[in-house]
Amino acid sequence: MPNTMILPTAMIEPAAPKQRGYWGSVGNRLRYDPVTVFFGLVVLAIILAAIFAPLLAPFDPYKESIIGRLKPLGWKGHWLGTDELGRDILSRLIHGGRVSLLMGVVPVAIATVVGGTLGVVGGFGGRKVNTAIMRTMDVFYAFPSVLLAVAISGAMGGGAMNGMIALSMVFTPAMCRVAETATAQVKNLDFVEAARATGAGTLTILRYHILGNVLGPVFIYASSLVSVGILLASGLSFLGLGVKPPTADWGLMLSTLRQSIYVNPVVCALPGVAILITSVSFNLLSDGIRSAMDVRM
Amino acid sequence: MDGGFVPTLAPALVEVEDLTVRFVTRDSTAHAVNGVTFSVRPGEVLCILGESGSGKSVTLRALMRLLPPGKTRISGTIKVDGQDVLALSPAELRRLRGGLVSMIFQEPMTALDPVYTIGDQIAETVMRHKGVSKTVALARALELLELVKVPSAASRLNNYPHELSGGLRQRAMIAMALSCGPRLLLADEPTTALDATVQIQVLILLRKLQKEMGMGTIFVTHDLGVASEIADRIAVMYAGRVVEEGPVADILANPLHPYTRGLMASTVHGQDRSRDIDAIPGSPPDLRQLPPGCAFAPRCSLAAGECLSAVPEPRFPAPGRMARCVRLGVPAFA
Repeated sequence: MPNTMILPTAMIEPAAPKQRGYWGSVGNRLRYDPVTVFFGLVVLAIILAAIFAPLLAPFDPYKESIIGRLKPLGWKGHWLGTDELGRDILSRLIHGGRVSLLMGVVPVAIATVVGGTLGVVGGFGGRKVNTAIMRTMDVFYAFPSVLLAVAISGAMGGGAMNGMIALSMVFTPAMCRVAETATAQVKNLDFVEAARATGAGTLTILRYHILGNVLGPVFIYASSLVSVGILLASGLSFLGLGVKPPTADWGLMLSTLRQSIYVNPVVCALPGVAILITSVSFNLLSDGIRSAMDVRM
Repeated sequence: MDGGFVPTLAPALVEVEDLTVRFVTRDSTAHAVNGVTFSVRPGEVLCILGESGSGKSVTLRALMRLLPPGKTRISGTIKVDGQDVLALSPAELRRLRGGLVSMIFQEPMTALDPVYTIGDQIAETVMRHKGVSKTVALARALELLELVKVPSAASRLNNYPHELSGGLRQRAMIAMALSCGPRLLLADEPTTALDATVQIQVLILLRKLQKEMGMGTIFVTHDLGVASEIADRIAVMYAGRVVEEGPVADILANPLHPYTRGLMASTVHGQDRSRDIDAIPGSPPDLRQLPPGCAFAPRCSLAAGECLSAVPEPRFPAPGRMARCVRLGVPAFA
């Protein structure tokens, strides 16, 4: 073996770059991704519109008018026309976003916490714990998700609250499975053994190594579920299992306007357009965040 | 070491006696380590040499009790710095790991967590053992990276593992292992995954740090060249047993066990290119069904009847030398 040693010697130390945290570098990567930025802004606009709905809506979303029914876009200051009871569509869409977003986001958040925890425990725990958790989740998989949501909502009665509970139950098994798979993959990697070799206890390994590696995929999956949640929530309302009339909700609006499709097709399609824009924006935003969050790219 | 024939200058740092490790599954039992005895003094480098499946990595992990507890059966005694490792409570074990004993792994690719920066990971270990703040721990991490000769260490602290080359990653790994000033360093083929030029750099660095810090080191490798570079003593393992042990120079100059001779004959060292390298015929035994006698006998050209009946007892033909072979007197080795 050669005995010469060529050790790289430290050159003049460059000034240490400003310590940028993980989220700082994610943000930095997002800045160079115009598509994600654009759809992020759309999502932000939708969320802000929902929060400040009473301030933004030009008309009272519940004010009916016998003579102003199903008017076209731009009629008498009603930019997006009026519905079958003469209510301003734009105002109803802005207000409807509240229910739709809530029903899209809250169940996903609940499912992420519950399913994620169950999944990590199932993935990290022994075979018995894993079997108990995962086989229980498999029972939920026996039903198609739409059917399951409809069945749970139907059994508990309509209303936004029951709808959210139903959607949470639909999303939890999927979330659990994603977390379980990610955990099971991570726990057998060398760095977990290396951590153990440096004296890390089980809790430290869970908190630092497992969570750090599992949170990414879980978060990405959750963000992609939001659009599914909005769609399913609209579907429930459309079927009369979600919110009750006259509450403004995109799915419900679509359902009631459906009867007038031959009178004014453009106006009738608008709630669908709102659903489409929202779910596409959430999807593309989640895609962008997915690639920005991957430190290996 | 069987009998403790090495003159004991200082009390041994590691004393392993009759260590046996079996992996029990529903279908079979693998006898990975079968009665291994050795000791390491402070500041000494013991190289465990052997091919895949000879039990060298398992021995190393047993020293830290890193083997999966459910299916592993360990017997014998392991003492590190006077502590009986096999009797430690989980909390004591956590203090031992990374504090008194630390380990460098073979694959720097996967032994570092991909989602945290190098500095963060080293700091995490320092905080765990020393209970210091993150700022202090990061300062220590920077010191360590400079110690292991990582160029522009300050900016490397903020790098993720995938942003570093294999050699730098292994240096970061070494920095992490040294972070709490261990007295015993376990190295599991730390240079195998690196290319040849980086290999020698890392070896020289390890040797230097080991000398400076006075760490006892157990270095596992299958590479005779690496062993000759770093070891004070060599223990050759075959099928879960130490078949030969002694000072590095003596073993390289005059291997006693036929397996060691076979290993050396099968190594490239400037011999005539047109000549084929002498390989040892056959393959290692199945650890689930070890033969009753010498495990090497089926491949050994010197094997006689007595080799097959019982496992050869250790013999001590010279001071500091041990070999488990009944045919030690036979000079010829085809």
